[in-house]
Amino acid sequence: MPGDADPLLDVRDLRTWFFTDAGVVRAVDGVSFTLSRGETLGIVGESGSGKSVAAKSIMNLLEEPARIVAGSIRFRGREITALPEEELRDIRGAEIAMVFQDPMTSLNPVLRISRQLVETMTAHRRFTAPAARTRAASLLGRMGIAAPERVLDAWPHQFSGGMRQRVMLAMGFANEPSLILADEPTTALDVTIQAQILDLLRALNADLGTAVILISHDLGVIATICSRVLVMYAGEVVEEGRPQDLLSDPRHPYTWALLHAAPRLDEAVAGDRRLATIEGQPPDARAWPEGCRFRARCPFAIEACARHPALLAVDAGRLARCWVTQAGARLASPQPRAATAAARPAAAPSPLLHVQGLVKHYELPRENFLEPRRVLRAVEGVDIDVFAGETVGLVGESGSGKSTLARLVMRLEEPTAGRIVFDGQDISHATQAAIRPLRRRIQMIFQDPYASLNPRMTVGEILAGPLRLHALADTAAEARTRVGALLDLVGLPPAAAARFPHEFSGGQRQRISIARALAVEPDFVVGDEPISALDVNIQAQIINLMIGLQERLRLTYLFIAHDLAVVRHISDRIVVLYLGRVMETAKSAELFRRPLHPYTASLISAVPTLDAARARSRIVLAGEIPSAIDPPSGCPFRTRCPAAAPRCAAEMPPLAELAPGHRVACHFPGSVAAADRDRSRRSEVSA
Amino acid sequence: MTAARGAALTDTAAAALAAATSSAAGRRRRWRRRYLLAALGGAAVLAWALAALLAPWITPYAPATVNVAGRLAAPSAAHWLGTDELGRDVLTRIIFGARTSLIVGFTVVLIGGALGTLVGAVAAYARGWAEEILMRATDLMFCFPPIILAMAIAAALGIGTRNTVIAMLVVWWPKFARLARSLVLGQRSLEYVAAARTIGFAPAHILFRQILPNALGPLVVLLTLDVGNAILVFAGLSFLGLGVVPPTPEWGSMVSEGRELVSQWWVATFPGLAILTVVIGFNFVGDGLRDWLDPHARRR
Repeated sequence: MPGDADPLLDVRDLRTWFFTDAGVVRAVDGVSFTLSRGETLGIVGESGSGKSVAAKSIMNLLEEPARIVAGSIRFRGREITALPEEELRDIRGAEIAMVFQDPMTSLNPVLRISRQLVETMTAHRRFTAPAARTRAASLLGRMGIAAPERVLDAWPHQFSGGMRQRVMLAMGFANEPSLILADEPTTALDVTIQAQILDLLRALNADLGTAVILISHDLGVIATICSRVLVMYAGEVVEEGRPQDLLSDPRHPYTWALLHAAPRLDEAVAGDRRLATIEGQPPDARAWPEGCRFRARCPFAIEACARHPALLAVDAGRLARCWVTQAGARLASPQPRAATAAARPAAAPSPLLHVQGLVKHYELPRENFLEPRRVLRAVEGVDIDVFAGETVGLVGESGSGKSTLARLVMRLEEPTAGRIVFDGQDISHATQAAIRPLRRRIQMIFQDPYASLNPRMTVGEILAGPLRLHALADTAAEARTRVGALLDLVGLPPAAAARFPHEFSGGQRQRISIARALAVEPDFVVGDEPISALDVNIQAQIINLMIGLQERLRLTYLFIAHDLAVVRHISDRIVVLYLGRVMETAKSAELFRRPLHPYTASLISAVPTLDAARARSRIVLAGEIPSAIDPPSGCPFRTRCPAAAPRCAAEMPPLAELAPGHRVACHFPGSVAAADRDRSRRSEVSA
Repeated sequence: MTAARGAALTDTAAAALAAATSSAAGRRRRWRRRYLLAALGGAAVLAWALAALLAPWITPYAPATVNVAGRLAAPSAAHWLGTDELGRDVLTRIIFGARTSLIVGFTVVLIGGALGTLVGAVAAYARGWAEEILMRATDLMFCFPPIILAMAIAAALGIGTRNTVIAMLVVWWPKFARLARSLVLGQRSLEYVAAARTIGFAPAHILFRQILPNALGPLVVLLTLDVGNAILVFAGLSFLGLGVVPPTPEWGSMVSEGRELVSQWWVATFPGLAILTVVIGFNFVGDGLRDWLDPHARRR
């Protein structure tokens, strides 16, 4: 904090630039902050804002062509930027440790866990090898790993993502550092595991007094842990303050935009479901604009913004880089627009998509010759109806069978048993040739905007292909006209047709992907996590686009996502999957107001909240989703269920309709929803 | 940059920026370091191709003219690289030999590469039993030492350029099949392939029009690196008496003819040097292509 007599870390005017062939990329361009001993600081910003590069600069982990060109980083009074490499190595891992985003690649796959932990400790000569081994076991236990002595000699591949992140945390804390840098440590994890890791991080900070710098794109994650937040945009800090202040009363328009672009669980869904977004893209890091770097996208911009604002105090303990709020103005919350009158047609009586008893088993190779073949039970008897014009959301942790279900519905895979009926036609076992005419009516939007477009084809070719195949355009000229119209539909200029996918940003690519799906004029669109790879503001733009297209083209959506707030926002009905089975299904508002299945209740409760009071009353689900190769008997959720009883192991509860349209597969429905009551009451009031 | 922004930068930053922006020359230097060898290799290959093309016009003698009186003459003004046992001009025969070597090299690699790519790509895209059959057949080919197998086949078919090329093709395609299979496997799990399937494109369209263009880069690199290899193997077979029918000039058979003439070193050495330059040339070009196609190697 400014004025703190003895800060642990003092960063002044840090500038880290990348000297690339294409020009000088000023990734971090003037960042200053201090961190006291034991403090928890969050850094939030979209991709490209410079938050990860800033963290790497603190560790001086930069590689060519990146260089710290100016500024100072003082750690315990020592200037880190001037230290020779050997002295830096003494600090790294011993005094400052780092936890990375991807737990699948940050452990060395050919070394045992024990060896990696022990080497971390002996490298700094603080422990002998036997002492380090004892300590490794106790550290793993502290990180919440059951029977640490037994797993000590396991290989990384035997661990799940959540377990590996615990090992990474154990390595981080092994030498009792005074500062730990966590770069998106929970982004690759499921929401339930994320809640576990965040709780752990908070407890470690409280017990050991280790200062934490947590980098995340998710304000909710940061609010769970941090006592202070830096918001970064275009290589500089634009706002600094306590999370609750930032969340209730943002003083920089970019914070304001971040806050309102993400749908929130603790706010009622308005009649018009469009989210507040800011237009445009972040500026080019090779030539930051003159004046305020956010000006071009800022809805509050005034004349003064042509000059570059300084980061100045706007309130007690709050700094903002904005002429508007420095002059004392406040940033008003966007007013939800009223529902458009002719909102949605009443659902048709018979379902457009009817899925009944759907089963998909994958036979795996035998582990050895004498054993029976193992079977992965990805989807285990799912019933879903989707009616024309509605949006059905599909949620569940990874491994719950969501994506397999989507691929079955698209008939990219053939079901093992059960029926898929699309508009009266049974397509469960139809040949690809027989389905081809139906492909015009069912389309899919994919998750990864970088892998879902063929890099060797221009956007025009990508969009014209489906048109020509299904004879929707007979001549090249006609196809060109249609491609232009499609690009316009998703908000891209006609010139985009001549360019290649790599020339576009992630959000633009996802627009192209949507345009491709819409090229054949489908009435049913499956979205397999279509927004989860995108930044918050781009997410909001794509959600708005999908909602607008649904209204204009009367589309029916099956929407898969792991972000519950997004699913609630976009869906009319929600289906909760666990280990290939439907646990609960209900109207979206009803499901969140009164979750009856313990799994649904704990999923909802695990979402990081911007509301600190609720964070304390959450149900943190223990353990992880079991393997679909050998699922538990009876109710698959019983191994993690707080309400499990002997009966749950004996029989799988049927999916029973407890209220109109609200069906639950649980012997004890409603038993675990108590912790959530106060929040739901509040959301009813606000509605 | 305005004065205000410039003043905000510290001296070190400004100096670093100046150093980076005035580096058009630096960029050219980096480019040259990266691709100098490739350019040299390209020049060598191009020179040999031109020489082969223009052989009748640039050679002083005819390749098969025997002159017993002037046999085994040392390099001189009349015979720059000397003459062989039958008094034929070595330089002329090397230049004409480039025709055989280059044509055989390209033929073997292009046809073998196309065959192997087809096998590997179809195996990877079809999966299941088709993959098993195709890839086990590929593995079978790897069980034999390639040159010995090619020798056996060539000997069975009879001496001659065409038969030797066929023998080489038999042993040449499997490595392309393996590479193509792994490349196509990597591509087919990407979402653009699933997207093409949901649109309703036929498998042949997806494999040949969508996946293969994305897998072509490494295949082209292997193709280029392999031309030199093919020339070498053909020269080896010719050296062993397979390959070309005398008196057709060919580098391998020329080395073979000179191998016992120790004091007349020029008879074997110069054809050997020709093989060396072509093989190294293709290798440099292949390395350069690989660097250029690989974004990781490219950045530095």
